[in-house]
Order: sequence, then structure tokens, then C-alpha cells
Amino acid sequence: MVTQVTSFSRNGLSDFIVQRVTAYVLALYTVVVLGFILTAGGMTYEIWQGFFNQTWMQVFTLLALLSTCAHAWVGMWTIGTDYIREHYFGENANAIRLVYQVGCVLALACYIIWGVQILWGS
Amino acid sequence: MKNDHRPINVNPSDLFAFAWPISALASITHRIAGVVLFIGIAFGLYALDMSLGSAQGFDTLHSMMKSPIGMFVTWGLLSALAYHFVAGLKHLFLDLEYGDTLEGSKFAARTTLLVSAILIVLAGLWVIQG
Repeated sequence: MVTQVTSFSRNGLSDFIVQRVTAYVLALYTVVVLGFILTAGGMTYEIWQGFFNQTWMQVFTLLALLSTCAHAWVGMWTIGTDYIREHYFGENANAIRLVYQVGCVLALACYIIWGVQILWGS
Repeated sequence: MKNDHRPINVNPSDLFAFAWPISALASITHRIAGVVLFIGIAFGLYALDMSLGSAQGFDTLHSMMKSPIGMFVTWGLLSALAYHFVAGLKHLFLDLEYGDTLEGSKFAARTTLLVSAILIVLAGLWVIQG
């Protein structure tokens, strides 16, 4: 049995809501970006850069990146608690899962910092 | 009183001893696609960084995506995105209580696999052509 529970918000119901709200944001972002690429015809650097240089697109992209990370955290947390437990991993399961969860969080934090750097850096 | 209907642990070696309902297949694929996308974010950010940095970066990325490995990675990530997107929509429909019966879940799983298969083929054609 999993005794240590460190969900995204320490509350399953709000994790569920976070997963849904971020899913809607990401679905819309996917449709907008792929729709732009498919309707732009021959894509050039000027068209592409101009698209991402608009304030609304920068805000939307950062929102999508933050949504990705919250969404991925809930998903990766769920996978960790489903599979990394004592039945499969023995008595070190809690320690292994902690390392796994910290690894996920650090990767997602790097993604956010990298994304901010891409959107507003230099 | 002993309850014989408690859930049991399924070991990896047992996975193929069970008949997989199509909804289970659709579900585990959603999960695998999610993990692929978790790693894929790094590829996406790398591509965004390169394509927005300079015109040369944009052209370099374009030729990278035209190499066989680049085409495979692009198609693989687009496929994971397509599947996760469609299977995610299934969950959002479930929230609205569409497809929450046994028959409904079979139909939803079949539809998810069919629609995503079409999108994955289209993504492949787009990658080869572009």
C-alpha cells in the first residue's frame, strides 16, 4: 500500500480539475498551432517568428507550457504511484518513487525555465 | 468472512495471460503516449528554440527534420500527440457522461483507435511530403 501521498495539490479532486482544465488549454493550443502551420502554406522564418512574436501568442504559449507541466505532473505522479510500489520494487519502493517524482519535478521546472528563455530571452 | 473478490496485483509476466479488452488497450496506449510526450517536450522546446532564434536556425531545423531520423522523430511525436489528444477527448466526453456504459466504452475505445490511426497516417504523409 502506498502510504506517502504527494499529489500535485495534495487533493485528488483538485488534481482531477487541474488535469481537465489543462487538457482543454492544451487541446486548444494544439489546434491553434497546428492549424496555423497547416494553413500558412509555405512556412518561412518571417511568418513563423512573426506568429510567435505577438503578445497574445507568447502569453498563450507560456500558458500552454505551464499547463503541460501541471498536466504532466499529475500524469507522471499517477504512473509512479501505480507501478513504483512495494509489490514490484520491494521495500525500497518509497525511496525509488521519491527519486522518480523529484526527477519529474526537476525536468518540468527545467522545461518552464527553458520556455521562458525561448519566449523572452536575449 | 474472507472476501475472494479483492483486487489482485498483476505482475508483468501475467500481462499476456489476460485477454485485453479494447478499452484497456486504448487506456494503456494513452498512458504510454503521455510518457512519450513528457520526453517529447524537450524535443519540442529544442525545435522552438532553434526555429525562433534565427533564420539560419530555422533552416537548420528544417533540414534536420527532413533527415530520416528527423522524420521518424517528428512522426513519432506527432503520433503520440495525435493519440493522446483523441484519447483525451474520450475522457472529456466521459466527464459529460457520454460513453460510460460497457457498450459505450467499447465504442469509444474503437473510435479512439480508428480516428487516431487515421491521424497518424496523415501525420506520416505530411512528414514525408513536407
